[in-house]
Amino acid sequence: MGYTPQSGTGLLGSSPLRKEGRDKVLGASRYIDDQSLPGMWHGATVRSAIARGRIRSISYDPAVDWAQYAIVTAADIPGENTIVHLTRDHPCLARATVNHPEEPIVLLAHPDKTALLAGVRGVRIDYDPLPGVFTIEESEAAVAANDTERIIWEGSDAGGTANCFKQYCMYSGDAAETEAGLEAAFDTADFIVEGEYATGAQEQLYIENNGVIAECFRKPSGGIESVCVRGSMQCPFYLVHALTLVFDLPEDKCRVIQVETGGAFGGKEDFPSVIGSHAALLAMKCGHPVKMTYDRAEDMAATTKRHPSRTRHRTAVSKEGRLLGGTVDFAIDGGAYATLSPVVLSRGTIHAPGPYKWPHLRVRAKAMATNLPPHGAFRGFGAPQSLFGLERHMDKIARTIGLSPEELRRRNFLGTGDCTATGQPLNEPVDMQHLLTRALHEAGYHEKLARFTVENKTSSIKRGVGFASFMHGTGFTGSGERRLNSLVHLDLLPEGRPQILVSSTEFGQGTNTILCQVAAQTLQLPYDEITIARPDTSVVPNSGPTVASRTAMIVGKLIERASQQMLATLRAHAALPEAHTADDFHAAGLRYLAKHGTLRESVRYEPPTKIYWDDDLYRGDAYPGYAWAVYVAEVAVDMNTYMATCTRFDALQEVGKVMHPVLAKGQIEGGVAQGIGYALYEKCMWKEGRMMNNQMTNYIMPTSADLPPIHVHFEEVPSIHGPGGAKGIGELPMDGPAPAILNAIENATGVAFNTIPLLPEDIFERFTSLGHPHGGSEDLDVTVDRDTRTEAVEVTA
Amino acid sequence: MRSDVGQFDFVSPASLDAVLERLAAEPGVHTPLAGGTELMVALNTGRLQQHSLLNLQHLSELRFIRVEAEAIHIGSGTTFTDIRRSEAIAIDLPLLSQAASWTGSVANQNRGTLGGNLCNASPAADSPPALLAYGATVTLVSSHGTRTLPYSDFHLGYKRTALRPDELLHTISVPTGWSGYRQYIRKVGTRNAQAISKVALAAMARVDGDRTSRVIGDIRIGAASLADRPVRCAAAEAAVRGKLVNETTVRAARTALAGEAKPIDDIRSTATYRAHVAANLLEEFLRSLVG
Amino acid sequence: MSLVQLTVNGTRQQVDVPPMKRLLDVLREDLALTGSKEGCGEGECGACAVLLDGVLVNSCLVPALQVNGSRLCTIEGVSTEGRLHPIQQCFLECGGAQCGICTPGMILATQHLLDKYPHPTMEQIQEGLAGNLCRCTGYMRIFEAVQEAAKVA
Repeated sequence: MGYTPQSGTGLLGSSPLRKEGRDKVLGASRYIDDQSLPGMWHGATVRSAIARGRIRSISYDPAVDWAQYAIVTAADIPGENTIVHLTRDHPCLARATVNHPEEPIVLLAHPDKTALLAGVRGVRIDYDPLPGVFTIEESEAAVAANDTERIIWEGSDAGGTANCFKQYCMYSGDAAETEAGLEAAFDTADFIVEGEYATGAQEQLYIENNGVIAECFRKPSGGIESVCVRGSMQCPFYLVHALTLVFDLPEDKCRVIQVETGGAFGGKEDFPSVIGSHAALLAMKCGHPVKMTYDRAEDMAATTKRHPSRTRHRTAVSKEGRLLGGTVDFAIDGGAYATLSPVVLSRGTIHAPGPYKWPHLRVRAKAMATNLPPHGAFRGFGAPQSLFGLERHMDKIARTIGLSPEELRRRNFLGTGDCTATGQPLNEPVDMQHLLTRALHEAGYHEKLARFTVENKTSSIKRGVGFASFMHGTGFTGSGERRLNSLVHLDLLPEGRPQILVSSTEFGQGTNTILCQVAAQTLQLPYDEITIARPDTSVVPNSGPTVASRTAMIVGKLIERASQQMLATLRAHAALPEAHTADDFHAAGLRYLAKHGTLRESVRYEPPTKIYWDDDLYRGDAYPGYAWAVYVAEVAVDMNTYMATCTRFDALQEVGKVMHPVLAKGQIEGGVAQGIGYALYEKCMWKEGRMMNNQMTNYIMPTSADLPPIHVHFEEVPSIHGPGGAKGIGELPMDGPAPAILNAIENATGVAFNTIPLLPEDIFERFTSLGHPHGGSEDLDVTVDRDTRTEAVEVTA
Repeated sequence: MRSDVGQFDFVSPASLDAVLERLAAEPGVHTPLAGGTELMVALNTGRLQQHSLLNLQHLSELRFIRVEAEAIHIGSGTTFTDIRRSEAIAIDLPLLSQAASWTGSVANQNRGTLGGNLCNASPAADSPPALLAYGATVTLVSSHGTRTLPYSDFHLGYKRTALRPDELLHTISVPTGWSGYRQYIRKVGTRNAQAISKVALAAMARVDGDRTSRVIGDIRIGAASLADRPVRCAAAEAAVRGKLVNETTVRAARTALAGEAKPIDDIRSTATYRAHVAANLLEEFLRSLVG
Repeated sequence: MSLVQLTVNGTRQQVDVPPMKRLLDVLREDLALTGSKEGCGEGECGACAVLLDGVLVNSCLVPALQVNGSRLCTIEGVSTEGRLHPIQQCFLECGGAQCGICTPGMILATQHLLDKYPHPTMEQIQEGLAGNLCRCTGYMRIFEAVQEAAKVA
């Protein structure tokens, strides 16, 4: 149960009630679909039926009364036909060609939502199909063969090469020296261990679909004055940026308001730029506010997912178990447009070495283009992919050289004062040895290891334990925070109470709560004294996007500094005593306001002088701080059904100061649950680039009956970079579960599985070796659903 | 995208007779709707083909569990929650009780009806294997009369049933008196709850003989997702009936089941997995008979 | 169109709607009760769950005609005069609500569960809430909230 101390001191580390929690449990929170504006119309999207081709014609069924509809095509876009992220390769609406299934081509709006289905069905689009590529391998093959027919992406204003959005080559030191060191390491190693590991796409599956309401305001002359979009999103200023290009308007004429958001997990980082631009275009066309909300099937089929990946390791190891050198080839499938792939790739690249010392390491990474809907942000952002490969590979190395997985890791862990593979010295304390000891103890690892070995001999249920050791960097990579240059305001409201103004959004993680805690603690005020303004870009400053586990540490620190500034101001100019009550604070605040009218403390991000990053060499201080973790999974594999189940999970992490234990536990448990789904349940099934299981009944996420007890344990080593010593925790829990679970499955069955999701069909196939061309869940026929679909199914008994 | 609800007729006839009259007057035009857990999904995804619907949900004459000496009669409008709550079913027909608990979620069990589930005729449905194993019969009514047939004859093919356009499934009658039988049911779904089965097996057997020679006197096996419809596994039954429970019998049962199973690859699983796991379940059951 | 009379959270209501209109839409559009959410539209996620004559149902699967004469409790009817119901209080304190979109359905499923089993086992909780998908919490905080609510009630 939560406990709220009365005064500011000790507030960080206690668990006050979630700021907006009362409205949520009352059902009173107003999400976007709960809102409407006077005269509002409803919008829908006509999408590509094929993966790749030229649009030959668009025609409109004469049976439909089109006069009642607003119709928008690429030709109507007043500005640039692009959804800008890092590059401008991504069209807002397809014009001449389509590059993935479900690509938006035509937008429709109608006053009556029920008329939309007939409208969408009444638009006929004819294509000249072109061949597509649907996997990393097919995309690579097209490049290797110089098969121009299958070069689906040529490069963009921001670089890239044929079928490849971005490449990195990261060395653990000087490139030439590292290459020489690697050569020597592989020449002299006692063991060379190679492995290939793959991960699938994953749907964020926020329970609230993407949705927005847009308005377009005109000048008396008829030209566009401004646009306003409110909706479910993580990063209001990303959408502002997108709108400035689509409408050719300055930033202050593109207003974006985040409303209560029903889950995001990265899925509402870049995508709202698409649906937000679309709704605004329809509002422009019809002269009414337009609401666009996707239904589940559309949201799943058409919006972003986690990037599928492939990681190849080659590692030189001594017989004592020291990593002598390694090469990592990391590839992700970016889908049809670059979107955020370069930065997802970056995080995956930097996390690929894990929490280990590598005397010589080279990571080559690339993001390939395929004719799938663009993959995007999802909690972990590349790190779960490369860490899956690494942590499976560490178990493989251990088995190969005859050490325990535990001992191998102990001999290679990074510690305080060591340098990471990017050359970042770990100046703050790091104790992976202790984390591993404690995690294994909490999980009863050694006892179970021994017991299961005996029990498995006579049981049809094989049990096992496994673990993964990893870290997750807080905040934007490298020079990212410097470039973001985040700004926060702390205002004193007329009644003398402080209000936080940031663009950092709440979507369940607890942004509102922890930022208010930071302010209350620093201002020595009760938690309830602090309010936080709704993120409306016409009101709040740009404190950066709500991504990358950056809110607590980076934005929290800015709030801490703004609060300190406000205290100093009131002490200097309004006679606030050193030790004050809330009443003293109000009185001082009112005195100040009476004299000066307003009080706003603004604080901008200042990069710690000691932090340095070289974007060209890809070396330096990759992140201001890291959270460190060891996760232990216990599994049971039923040899009658080949179903692997996670039966217990222990998650131990060092995250700096735990700001709010209840929220923090909830973050870890939720991330672990998504990680369990990633490992064992959630398979996106594609047919020529189209997601076929785009329903909750056939995309299988864990229910309350599928998850094991998740035990969360914290170690707290305060960081100088975060408020009160906090570090980021949002993404960390996504990284560890999948490799820990597959390591446990290998422990249980003696068989190494290196691809996720791992479905019972895959386990079955390996155990029965029926010699199918692909095998396992590769043989699923995604076009047939005998339970729920009755149309277009020809079944011969 | 959701269908336009304004395009659908939906009426509540006052009685069962009134429903049957409507069905008889315009055969094939009207579709009965009870709990809505299937048809409303079709409506919400824009693929509900039928445009005239007749409400059955309010017809109390279809919602009953009548316990008689040799059978339990279940009205087609009985919900899965009703079935789970029935003590008689829990005691006399435990496989049906268990299957009901696996059907959808609590909310769907509160609405979904046994009759609706059978008429929807998914080969993956949860109740059919148990009903097939118990040798249930179904009573179909129309304004012209009543007929009763073995439930095993109800499913004619993929999502096709013996129901004529003017008929309604009225009663599912399930014989009781299985105290001498070992009963087994197992569903292998995509997850533990809210799952559609990849394969499911309900089986029951009477073991005769003494401790030294246990002979399978009778065996009855129903399966889901092994063919285009729910099936009774007659070949596997024949392979073990009258046999001692030993390795040879287990092998024979597996072979026979493999011979009669006609599973397919679909979005939830593969044919090979389904066939193999069904055999594993059958073997698990057979081995339990000597335990 | 059909005239449908029903009692919602103790108040008698009458709506004139297409008979196949989903109860969820009747609540949200005709009665302005937006606490019930749509997550999937196919009875999988439970975000639209309400109590219909005391029984938990997914309102996206209930046609309007079928609720004529019924008694309905939605999330808006769980609290009394702004005072949180103990279940709501426990969800708030235990961290059972994160993004909040599954919360209304989850709270009604909890109420239905505790009506059936005032002191539920963990297995009963897991089964009773399995029709309500939550992507944020991993369910652990929700289980704790339900157990706490069972103690309080």
